[in-house]
Amino acid sequence: MSNALELHDVSKRYGRIWALARLSLVLPEGQSLLLTGHNGSGKTTLLRLLATLFRPTTGRILLFGQDAVSGREALRPRIALLGHHTFLYDDLTARENCVLLARLLGRPAAEANALLERLGLGARADEAVRTFSAGMRKRLAIVRLLLKRPSLALLDEPFGELDPAGIQEMEHLVRDLSQAGATVVLATHQVEHGQSLCTERLHLAAGRAAQA
Amino acid sequence: MRPSAPPGLLSTAWILVRKDLLLEWRSRARANALVFFALASVLLFSFALGPDTTFLRHAAGGTLWLAILLASVLALGESFRVEQENAALDGLRLAPADARALFLAKALANAVLLVLVGAVILPVLFALASVDAVLGLGRLAGVLVLGCLAIAAPGTVYAAIASHARSRDVLLPLLLFPLLIPAVVAAAKATSLVFEGDPMLQSGSWLGLLGAFNLVYWSLGFALFPRVVED
Repeated sequence: MSNALELHDVSKRYGRIWALARLSLVLPEGQSLLLTGHNGSGKTTLLRLLATLFRPTTGRILLFGQDAVSGREALRPRIALLGHHTFLYDDLTARENCVLLARLLGRPAAEANALLERLGLGARADEAVRTFSAGMRKRLAIVRLLLKRPSLALLDEPFGELDPAGIQEMEHLVRDLSQAGATVVLATHQVEHGQSLCTERLHLAAGRAAQA
Repeated sequence: MRPSAPPGLLSTAWILVRKDLLLEWRSRARANALVFFALASVLLFSFALGPDTTFLRHAAGGTLWLAILLASVLALGESFRVEQENAALDGLRLAPADARALFLAKALANAVLLVLVGAVILPVLFALASVDAVLGLGRLAGVLVLGCLAIAAPGTVYAAIASHARSRDVLLPLLLFPLLIPAVVAAAKATSLVFEGDPMLQSGSWLGLLGAFNLVYWSLGFALFPRVVED
C-alpha cells in the first residue's frame, strides 16, 4: 500500500513564530489520522499545508507520492478541506454555491442537488447562505466536501456547531469516507468522537509531535 | 474517486464571471453606492471648474475618467473583500479553479461594472457640459470599454495584492494610480476628441496607446496572477 501523506522535517513559520517545527509523518492510503492538541498547537496549519494552501517554510510534503508544492494543481482535485472557513459566498444561495463547485469540477448540477437533499438542506437550498445558521453553514460545507469525492479528506473541528444529530451524521460520514477508501485527517478537541473513527493519532504541542 | 473532466481555462473563467456578476446583482446596494459616488465626483469636479460650459466641455474627458478611476478603487477593493469573506478564494483555489481563469473572470467582471458606472454618469456629463455626442456614441462606447479594461487588468492584480495588507484601502490607490497615468491620459484625450471633434484625426493614436496598454497589462496579469494568489 502506498502512502497518502509523507512529511519530511516540515516546519512552518509565521513571522517570528514557528507554528510547526520539524514534523515528520507517514500515513498509508486509506488510513485515518486523529490530530489532537491545544489551541495554537499547529493543527490548522498542518491541515492547510496538507491542503496545499500553504507552502512549508522548510521540509517536504508528499501527497500520494507527489510533491505538495510543485504538484499542487494535480493534487487539488483529490483533496477536500472542511475548515473553520466555509468557502461559501454569503450572497449566493446554497444551491448556487454548490452548483458553482460542481461546474468547476465538471460535474452535473444534479449531483449537488442530490447532496443538498441528503444533508437535509433541500428545503432551504434556494435561500441565501447569509440567512443560514452556523450549523447549516457547516452542513453546506460538508456538501461541498462530498461533492469533491476526495481521496484525502481534511476535517478541522468537524463536530463544532453541529447538534447531536449532526454529530452522529458527521461520524457516519467520516466512516463512509474511510470505507470508500479516502484517507481522512481529523483535527478535533473532541477526542472521544475522533478516537473511534481513526486508526492513527498524532498529538501536537507547540508545533511538535508530542505524547498525548 | 477522481473527479470527472473539469472545464478548460475559458470555461472556468466564464463560470467565474457569471458568479461575480451574480454576486454584484445580489448586492446591488454596493453597485448603487458606486454609481452615486461616481456621480458625486462628476458633480464636484463640475462645480469646482465653474459654470462656463465651453471650459466644462473641454474638461469633460478628464472629469469622466477621474470619476471612473476613483470609483474603480472602491469596486476593485470590494471585489476581493467578497472573496475573503469565508475564505471563498481558498475554496476556489482548492476547487481547483485555474488562477489565470480567476484573473480573467475578476478583471472582466470589474471592467463590466466600470463600463456600467461610466454609462450612467455620461448622460449627466452631457447635460452639465452641453455635449452633443450623438454622432460619436459608437466611438465613445469603444473608448469607454477600452479605458475600463485598461483600469481593470492591473487593478485586479493590485487589488489581490492589497487585499492581504492591513492598510489595503490606502495601498491600492497608491499602487494603482501612478501605473494608470498613461491609460487615463489616453482615455481622457480620446473622450475629449469625441466630445469636441477630431479634425486632426488624433484619436487613433490615443486609442492605439490604450490598446497597447491593455495588451501589456492583460498579458502581465494573466502571467503573474497565479503567483499573486498562490505565493
